[in-house]
Amino acid sequence: MMLSVKGLRANVGENEILKGLDLEVGPGEIHAIMGPNGSGKSTFSHVLSGREGYEVTAGSVTFEGQDLLALEPEERAHLGLFLAFQYPVELPGVNNTYFLKAALNSIRKSRGESELDAVSFLRLIKEKLKILHLNDSLLKRAVNAGFSGGEKKRNEIFQMALLEPKLAILDETDSGLDIDALRVVADGVNALRSPERSMIVVTHYQRLLDYIEPDRVHVLAKGRIIRSGGKELALELEEKGYGWILEQEQAA
Amino acid sequence: MTSTQAVDDIVRSEYEHGFVTEIESDTLPPGLDEGVVRAISARKGEPEFMTEWRLKAYRHWLTMPTPHWASVHYPPIDFQSISYFSAPKRPEDMPKSLDEIDPALLETYEKLGIPIEEQKALAGIAVDAVFDSVSVATTFRSALADAGVIFCSISEAVHEHPELIQKYLGSVVPHTDNFYAGLNAAVFSDGTFVYVPEGVRCPMELSTYFRINARNTGQFERTLIVAEAGSYVSYLEGCTAPQRDENQLHAAVVELIAMDDAEIKYSTVQNWYPGDAEGRGGIYNFVTKRGDCRGARSKISWTQVETGSAITWKYPSCILRGDDSIGEFYSVAVTKGRQQADTGTKMIHLGRNTRSTIVSKGISAGEGQQTYRGLVRISQRAEGARNHTQCDSLLIGDRCTANTFPYIEVKHPSANLEHEATTSKISDDQLFYCRSRGLTEEDAVSMIVNGFCKEVFNELPMEFAVEAQKLLSISLEGAVG
Repeated sequence: MMLSVKGLRANVGENEILKGLDLEVGPGEIHAIMGPNGSGKSTFSHVLSGREGYEVTAGSVTFEGQDLLALEPEERAHLGLFLAFQYPVELPGVNNTYFLKAALNSIRKSRGESELDAVSFLRLIKEKLKILHLNDSLLKRAVNAGFSGGEKKRNEIFQMALLEPKLAILDETDSGLDIDALRVVADGVNALRSPERSMIVVTHYQRLLDYIEPDRVHVLAKGRIIRSGGKELALELEEKGYGWILEQEQAA
Repeated sequence: MTSTQAVDDIVRSEYEHGFVTEIESDTLPPGLDEGVVRAISARKGEPEFMTEWRLKAYRHWLTMPTPHWASVHYPPIDFQSISYFSAPKRPEDMPKSLDEIDPALLETYEKLGIPIEEQKALAGIAVDAVFDSVSVATTFRSALADAGVIFCSISEAVHEHPELIQKYLGSVVPHTDNFYAGLNAAVFSDGTFVYVPEGVRCPMELSTYFRINARNTGQFERTLIVAEAGSYVSYLEGCTAPQRDENQLHAAVVELIAMDDAEIKYSTVQNWYPGDAEGRGGIYNFVTKRGDCRGARSKISWTQVETGSAITWKYPSCILRGDDSIGEFYSVAVTKGRQQADTGTKMIHLGRNTRSTIVSKGISAGEGQQTYRGLVRISQRAEGARNHTQCDSLLIGDRCTANTFPYIEVKHPSANLEHEATTSKISDDQLFYCRSRGLTEEDAVSMIVNGFCKEVFNELPMEFAVEAQKLLSISLEGAVG
């Protein structure tokens, strides 16, 4: 297993948000996590990537055999974890290219690889832009500063392409995107699919899954995965909503 | 690790340039009276006019009260406990080349990471290194002489160009201007003189490194730069100081004069000892810097990066006298630990169609206190004057403060003034975003701060900008425990 989550419980302040979450993700697999608002989707993404403000009270998260929860956010990134933010953060005055180069080199350094010089880095950037069918207009600007919603999400995907994570978590990447932007982002994600790269696609709507086809679909509700299935589960949810599963869950 | 810890670590980071060079000093005993003023003048072998100039300033200074209006706090200074003159031994035996310079001094520069030889070779910068109060190294003199540019110590200029000194010294900042300018005029030790003749573009960036190095010796530099019509000069000033126990007073005066179509660019990177964790032993930096755009279409641009000193109190200003003249002020000031800074600028619009730009970036961490104080004055005849002011403050942690006092006086209805001000914090969101991309918290802070200062760094000459960024990173070092 690449990622193994067992009985994960986490609090925000006094409130328990995750109440015994289990999830296994194998190499190269794409897992969709769907669920109603307030089910704990974003909390799960944040706990995986090491954001402060969440207290893990029970359970474990193992990433390629390592205890992920013991690591700082940057150490998780060095291991190959990547979070595409629901709301990418603006860094005024910090040039996007400079930011990407610093990020990539810090990851390379942590792996004992040499840092890329400016020339090799630009070559790499061009290559990645081509794969994603993006132009370089975002690179000259400050990180996310003044970007439109679509530009921010494209920038996230571009970062992902460059940093080549082993496990990418896409936290509601589809929120706030129109259909064209959604397609660009989804095409980017699909271009990055590989047998070595796993993804967790967190989404509220089935729409994104029309473009990114998952291997497994999970329903997260009240802090637990209450149903798992193939991609047809997403279609069923689209048709019937979440209510029927919640009712079945309660009945059981 | 939490942001609070990060800030504590920043605050605790030791002053990197704290070391002392052992050089014998020929120092006057502490105290100040007319005899001391005469003694300073005599030791420098000054002509009579200079001695009289100093005495006049001293007598006026005695009548002036110490100013208390700035938002800085410090115990009263005992001016009788300060020694007003310190020179390396045998000042008459000045070295003619680097070979003759005390190896201990060269070592000092090595420790600071500013090897003179490398600098002059790589960057083509003429370095007039002021060590204590007397210049001990001047390079590239001949290249400048070929262009007709005079670049020497003020003491030298007093002897060799007395007519220029008599004409310009004190013409921008008179000894009556303020308490510390008065004191400086009476006891100034040394400094730099630059004269760029008409139509000459100075062939290199001029640079002076100041150091305060003798215990208890107040430093009173005097800098005078005159740019004749149609000339251009870029002057770089950089400072660091060895660690000391007692407070060291620094009251410099810088005067810039730009005639018709002349341009002076004055850049400063200041990194004086800020004191220990309780603020003990840091430098008091009370400086008067003023530029006079005397000629039409002249331009004076101040760029400063202030990371050091226990207390900084300075307002590089422009008097926009000539029609269509331009004044600029770009500033980055960092206060951490117990540092206090009250800094800003004055743009005095006297001429028609005069323009000024103010970009001030204040960064406050730990228990740092920072005040931007600025004045934009549009006089009755300054038709069509314009000013744009931008004051941004960045707070790191929750124990620091940032204040902004922008004064505006407008006496002509055609004036066009813009003022923008922001206060922001480095957010946890920003730090987490950077860290989730693999950057350490320290790198993230450094990157965000450098981004915040970018507009100002862009104004610095290239090699200085690199130094400034390095300095900023050093200042905020220790963000990771």
